[in-house]
Amino acid sequence: MKSLVAGLLVLLASAAQAQQIGYEGARHLLNRAGFGASDSEIREFAPLTRAEAVDRLLAGARREPTLAPPAFAQDAFLPYYRIRDMNAEDRAAELRKRLQQGFELRAWWLHEMVLTPSPLSERMTLFWHNHFATSQQKVRSIPLMYRQNALLRREALGSFRVLLHDIAKDPAMLVYLDNAGSRREAPNENFAREVMELFTLGEGNYGERDVKEAARAFTGWSVNRDTGEFVYRRMWHDPDEKTVLGRTGRLDGTAILDLLLAQPQTAEFVTTKLWREFVSPTPDRAEVRRLAGVFRDARYEVKPLVRALLVSDAFWAEDNRAVLIKSPVDLVVGTLRTFGIRPVDYRPAAFAVAALGQAPFTPPNVKGWPGGETWIDSSTLLGRRQWIDRVFRGAEAMQADASAPAEESMTMTAAAPTPRDALRRTLESGMRGYAFEGERWTRSVDAGLADRPARVATLVLAMPPANPVPGGDDESAFVRALVSDPVFQLR
Amino acid sequence: MSADPRRRALLTIAAALPFAGVARLARAAAAPGVRKLLVLVELKGGNDGLNTVVPYADPNYARLRPRLKLDRDQLVKLTPEVGLHPALEKLAPIWESKRLAIVQGLGYPDPNLSHFRSIEIWDTASKSDEYLEAGWLTRAFAASPSPAGFAADGVVVGLGGMGPLSGHGARAIALANPEQFLRNARLARGEGESRNAALAHILRVERDVLVSAQRLHAGKAFSATFPQGQFGNRVATAAQLAANEAGIAVVRLTLDGFDTHAYQLNAQQNLLRQLGDGLAALREALVEIDRWDSTVVATYAEFGRRPRENHTGGTDHGTANVHFVMGGKVRGGLYGPPPALDRLDGSGNLPFGIDFRAYYATFLERHWQVASAPVLAGRYAPLDFI
Repeated sequence: MKSLVAGLLVLLASAAQAQQIGYEGARHLLNRAGFGASDSEIREFAPLTRAEAVDRLLAGARREPTLAPPAFAQDAFLPYYRIRDMNAEDRAAELRKRLQQGFELRAWWLHEMVLTPSPLSERMTLFWHNHFATSQQKVRSIPLMYRQNALLRREALGSFRVLLHDIAKDPAMLVYLDNAGSRREAPNENFAREVMELFTLGEGNYGERDVKEAARAFTGWSVNRDTGEFVYRRMWHDPDEKTVLGRTGRLDGTAILDLLLAQPQTAEFVTTKLWREFVSPTPDRAEVRRLAGVFRDARYEVKPLVRALLVSDAFWAEDNRAVLIKSPVDLVVGTLRTFGIRPVDYRPAAFAVAALGQAPFTPPNVKGWPGGETWIDSSTLLGRRQWIDRVFRGAEAMQADASAPAEESMTMTAAAPTPRDALRRTLESGMRGYAFEGERWTRSVDAGLADRPARVATLVLAMPPANPVPGGDDESAFVRALVSDPVFQLR
Repeated sequence: MSADPRRRALLTIAAALPFAGVARLARAAAAPGVRKLLVLVELKGGNDGLNTVVPYADPNYARLRPRLKLDRDQLVKLTPEVGLHPALEKLAPIWESKRLAIVQGLGYPDPNLSHFRSIEIWDTASKSDEYLEAGWLTRAFAASPSPAGFAADGVVVGLGGMGPLSGHGARAIALANPEQFLRNARLARGEGESRNAALAHILRVERDVLVSAQRLHAGKAFSATFPQGQFGNRVATAAQLAANEAGIAVVRLTLDGFDTHAYQLNAQQNLLRQLGDGLAALREALVEIDRWDSTVVATYAEFGRRPRENHTGGTDHGTANVHFVMGGKVRGGLYGPPPALDRLDGSGNLPFGIDFRAYYATFLERHWQVASAPVLAGRYAPLDFI
């Protein structure tokens, strides 16, 4: 009898793990691990257990994009000195071209996020882009930004150890954090500081002296002026003895990175950040420590950590549903995926995410986007509503409409036709492809259900709406009410 | 417009809001009457103060800046010791009229050299090892709210976070420009409350939008002209907000790009040109609407930059810095100790001379007549520039 009770208790404890996750659970998992989710994707995952569902996501992980990047992204690197030597007119034209190409590269990535069979891979690529934030605004080379993006994707669910070592030699990063010009006579501290503060240990886990000494170790890690490839300049390197985090020796950059990876804070720092990405804004310290142990035991392989995080009870807890605020990319890409909207032109999407405060390839600074509640202030909230309003008003309304970008609209209306006006017109016509098609979508949602409105609400919202939603037969009106609800901003 | 039933419903909700929503915030009773305007300009990234207000007579300046030193003949000379970067030439008339204060040596003990941590310290007015949730202005407004008829306690212009207005307890909004804000405000609803923190945040933002939308008016035509570009547009928006009939206590602007680790000369010149031209245009606009005397404009940043230039034609993160304050009632002149270039610390950085919380105390006490000690968690003697 006693053993029967004990057995029953074990069964109960593992019951949640063994159960099917169901429609709501699948919705939660897919929205958190990817961007939005369609009814058919959710139904596919609903009969699986937590572990089966998570393993299926991880098995689909990709190291390359499905879409070929724009041709210019794989152009040869144009040396900075060539631009410096141009006359003013050519230089201005070159910089304009880059701005345009940067915009198109962002559109390409958003397109990939919408089409990819592995949204988790793209979410992790974006996560690392935010972690190792690098901006085209300073790097000013599209090929270098694309090469970094390819690196982030390759190791998105690969090895953090490899990623850290490779990013420290990544030309875009070397330019962005000024290490490319750092030499023994005057080491530049920018990269040495951020690699500790933002990439590994976190603030407070190192001293100013560590920064200065590590900066010496990274001297000579530079970029070939002609090819834009990594180059080690021996003459620039400071080979003398240094002391970093209590270790003394003739340390070089590789040794510093290994030293950082040996600190237990590094695994906790990265795990805490992943918790905020996937679970909740309030990491549970004991759980983070346990998961960081998984990460270290796996020698910084990312998959085992993400797996442990996604099957954890904390991830599935009711209290942690709908507690994350969607980023602009979540909102735009998630809406397109959830509602099966497949635009031809992704430049309007690239424009929308930037106007809402998240322009991939152009993070605000090396700390990346602060996220959380800061995604939403009065300006960005209204911008989100305006975008949703346009998408769900339908195709006819869209043609007559004019959209104003979030910033600078005062100057844009004032001037005569300019390249910006032309861009705006392009965006306007491209936006037609973003119209929600109510009837087609309604047919795509499983119809064999008694309580269809409840099912649609579960599909669209992470929790019940905050505002009363009108009933009635018009499903398009019902969907419009759901996406206009503040809860639609949550995931 | 009033034929749109949805909009009419919104207006009704908004009208009821001062009782339904805003009154629930934990705020003290509002002060009656008019409150003066404070315009804060953040020089994001940490402006190099040494090449902004240049101690050209100090031989250490040329010694520490072999490549970056500015030609003393090009400077806008203010005193026999100090000159402004030539790109700030438009500030010269304000200096001459004794309405520009230059506050040197602003900083704090035990300085942090991380951008993110140091701006957090400035934004929350915390100690170096203290972590506070709310911005210093948020705490000021929670203790002493703006008059009830105000459009908002504070407005942040552009993207980039709420800074000193972050946290809960102040009525603060962010907008790119007033016209667009008003055009979009009809999409807000502003109902309900929630125990879900993320949702509660969204609902709170909605409520603030609706209250402000009722009281913002756009479209004042200035004869003052504003510089081209993003910062010029933000200055124009600040001028619009200053002209708004319903009051606003604080406007925060940002000029980004001062983190000049490499190739500083051109980058900083371009930024300071935008700053000087923008501030001069703002002064002109404030005079035009008769608000110059009731407004104080002040700059701030996370830190200054290291006196010794680095090898990549730039400067690394530093500590103490110099800032500008202007306004019709500002007492112009130099305040605080000049940079002690002969007394750098172990990191090669400057000692600070004036605690930044004394800078804030001056705005709170002398501009607004608000007790600063409770807001700043300590007594910091105000400076005499107001």
